Amino acid sequence: MENCYINGIGCISAQRSFEKDFLIEPILYSEENILKVVKPNYKDFISPAAVRRMSSGVKNGIVASTMAIKDADVQTPGAIITGTGMGCMQDSEKFLDNLIHHDEEYLTPTSFIQSTHNTVGGQVALGLKCKAYNFTYVNTGVSFESALLDGLMQVENQDGRNILVGGIDELADHTSKLYKLIDHTKSDDEAPYDIINKRTKGSISGEGAAFFVLDNEKTANSYSKLVDVKFINNLEISGLEKFVNDFLASNELSTSDIDALLLGNNGDIDFDIYYDEMEPLFSGADVLYYKHLFGDFMTSSSIAVSLASDILKSQFIPGALLKNKVPQQNNDIKNLLIYNQYRGKDHSLILLKNV
Amino acid sequence: MGELKAELKNKIITSLNLEDISVDEIKDDDNLFGEGLGLDSIDALELIVMLDKDYGIKLTDPKEGKKIFESIETMAKYIEENRTK
Amino acid sequence: MSNRVAITGMGIISSIGMDLEENLNSLKNSRHGISKIEHIDTKLKDKILVGEIKKTNAELESILKLPQKNSWSRTSMIGTIAALEAINNAGIDVKDDADIGFINATTVGGMDMTERYFYDFIDDPENRRYIQSHDAGNNTHNICDYIGLNGFVTTISTACSSAANAIMLGARMISSGRLDKVIVGGTDALSKFTMNGFNTLMILSDTYNTPFDENRKGLNLGEGAAYLVLESERSYKKRNKNPIAYVAGYANANDAFHQTASSENGEGAFLAMKKAFEVAELSPKDIDYINVHGTATPNNDLSEGRAIINLYNDSNDVPEFSSTKPFTGHTLAAAASIEAVFSIFALREGLIFPNLNFKEKMKEFDLTPVTKLAHKEVNTIVSNSFGFGGNCSSLIFTKSH
Repeated sequence: MENCYINGIGCISAQRSFEKDFLIEPILYSEENILKVVKPNYKDFISPAAVRRMSSGVKNGIVASTMAIKDADVQTPGAIITGTGMGCMQDSEKFLDNLIHHDEEYLTPTSFIQSTHNTVGGQVALGLKCKAYNFTYVNTGVSFESALLDGLMQVENQDGRNILVGGIDELADHTSKLYKLIDHTKSDDEAPYDIINKRTKGSISGEGAAFFVLDNEKTANSYSKLVDVKFINNLEISGLEKFVNDFLASNELSTSDIDALLLGNNGDIDFDIYYDEMEPLFSGADVLYYKHLFGDFMTSSSIAVSLASDILKSQFIPGALLKNKVPQQNNDIKNLLIYNQYRGKDHSLILLKNV
Repeated sequence: MGELKAELKNKIITSLNLEDISVDEIKDDDNLFGEGLGLDSIDALELIVMLDKDYGIKLTDPKEGKKIFESIETMAKYIEENRTK
Repeated sequence: MSNRVAITGMGIISSIGMDLEENLNSLKNSRHGISKIEHIDTKLKDKILVGEIKKTNAELESILKLPQKNSWSRTSMIGTIAALEAINNAGIDVKDDADIGFINATTVGGMDMTERYFYDFIDDPENRRYIQSHDAGNNTHNICDYIGLNGFVTTISTACSSAANAIMLGARMISSGRLDKVIVGGTDALSKFTMNGFNTLMILSDTYNTPFDENRKGLNLGEGAAYLVLESERSYKKRNKNPIAYVAGYANANDAFHQTASSENGEGAFLAMKKAFEVAELSPKDIDYINVHGTATPNNDLSEGRAIINLYNDSNDVPEFSSTKPFTGHTLAAAASIEAVFSIFALREGLIFPNLNFKEKMKEFDLTPVTKLAHKEVNTIVSNSFGFGGNCSSLIFTKSH
């Protein structure tokens, strides 16, 4: 079984994540419960003929994947695997809007075509003229983890070289309204928001796209080693410790080997309790959060992998992510564990090592 | 028919999201598809809907669109002859 | 090392039957399920034909004994019915099984409910429970929670090749030793969104679909669900269960040509079939029957036909083939798993099901599908599924002796 290295990364998010050291001075969001991406210059990446049809998610996906490929110095990936929780909601909304308001008359194909879940994967393949394996996973909180595991399996099995894996989700106006209605997104009148210290129903909604190039060969640019990915649809709080211990043991590790723990706390009063259960298991590790800067969305763990990889490569933990102001570990970060769950379901563990 | 042609150029720009192109840049006999404006088969379907919605012309076979949408000139001529709105 | 993975059970619901027995009987008797749509009120009612499961949502809720106020989409309900049959058929108990998985496929997800209440949600709290059931994953969760499965659960959505890809991932999870048992397949219900969406592409037929026919006018959409239970050798031997068939080969490739149309020569299709043969360690001449994607759109049948001829170099060498979509309609994300079940029927019963409605072969090449039910020993089958985004998948099934 081959090793799996992350050799290229591209990330579009609510931070200036396409710039170096962007977490030295992060954008602080306290009044917003909907965090939109900081836009790159799309025209630098996508032709006008193509960009005219694309929703922001598709554009972000294309930019992030292009960045990742360039970062890894690769021409054509050996596979393209994407994960998206909600798919292309903006075009779904457009088509639905016409469907409902014009009572099925004068409907046009563009928004229907663009609404299919595998649009990003398909467009990336078109742009790169890549005829290889192309899958899209759509399973709520583990959409990205599914893509990542698939990519890991491909590299371990030598099914292909330079596997492109990504997570994408986009905000859409009407859907955002609906999520506030059912308390999946925090309500407007709760500002200022502080998801680390103040728990209420729902999360702060975000969007983004993060892509990675995975390969069995280490390069000068390698960020981290992707060791393992595991997820499960349902997990009782009482079962969390065993789930974590079994996962680490299968990778010949125990909780004391973990130097940094990146958690998906999102300020949700009903579900952050899982993270409360996790933390004490790792007394020696630095505890990190990220959703206060990037928001929460079904594939936000793709942002987590990007951050974790940066940390492992630079051996530096940005203060903006640290729960405690002073890091316990610095320059000695070997094993980093990411844990996330989505509204009590879709629990996932991602284990990364330094290179 | 000059007014119709200008109207068509505007409609093409807005409905097909051609942000970077102005009405003046589209000549009456420019090729709309392939080399020229570079529209494709999905755009053709959009234009078929526009014919129905704005001019009351229903095309049942998408292949008919090929001849009609060759240029602004051919489009305007076809619409003049067949419009019910 | 052989890549083949055992299939130990299956389940299905479609417009030609509520379970395995009904579906098989319909296939044997050339009884198709194409008709006008009844359970959705749409302007397209009299303009298109579909493969509809003739049960209302209320009837499906009743079959599953769901509480009156539930947040289940039609997609989840038909998926659950088929999954239950598959588990039963395989004779497995999914509860308390640590090494089990469920890999679902869907394109519609909860859209059939979302499209009903999308704007009403704002002012009327009555149906807000359906907001959370829009996404694909939620539908998969419903099915898993109902059948009591806790484990590796995910969903694939690659348009019309989705279920083939679910089967493919399942096979890889078993081969790599990551899972001992995995339920794989797909489900899609009819919705106004998809019916109108396909209508804007002008590829729907107003009459019965006629794949590979010179005068084909387009596809009939359908709804349905089907699942296979894939199992490791260690697992089925331990419980003395004989496989009902094998997944012997599989591959996915991308056309990278256009967002919805296939390339003229069906390059993606060709690459997928070719790679599936490599995985199965078989050659084209080993194939007894091809269940083609055959949607009856002008574009698909032409490019698929060309791809198959390229594979065999000569249309005379192409084995017997048919599309079963004239029976069920095109069931989108469920198509590949429904057609997998039909392929397993063919292997076990020694039958080739007819390509209904066929009259005249296409002028571009010399390919005529099987048009009458044929009794023949079938040992190896190729099943194709091609979707939007150039997503091309090919599966190879072999007989269990």
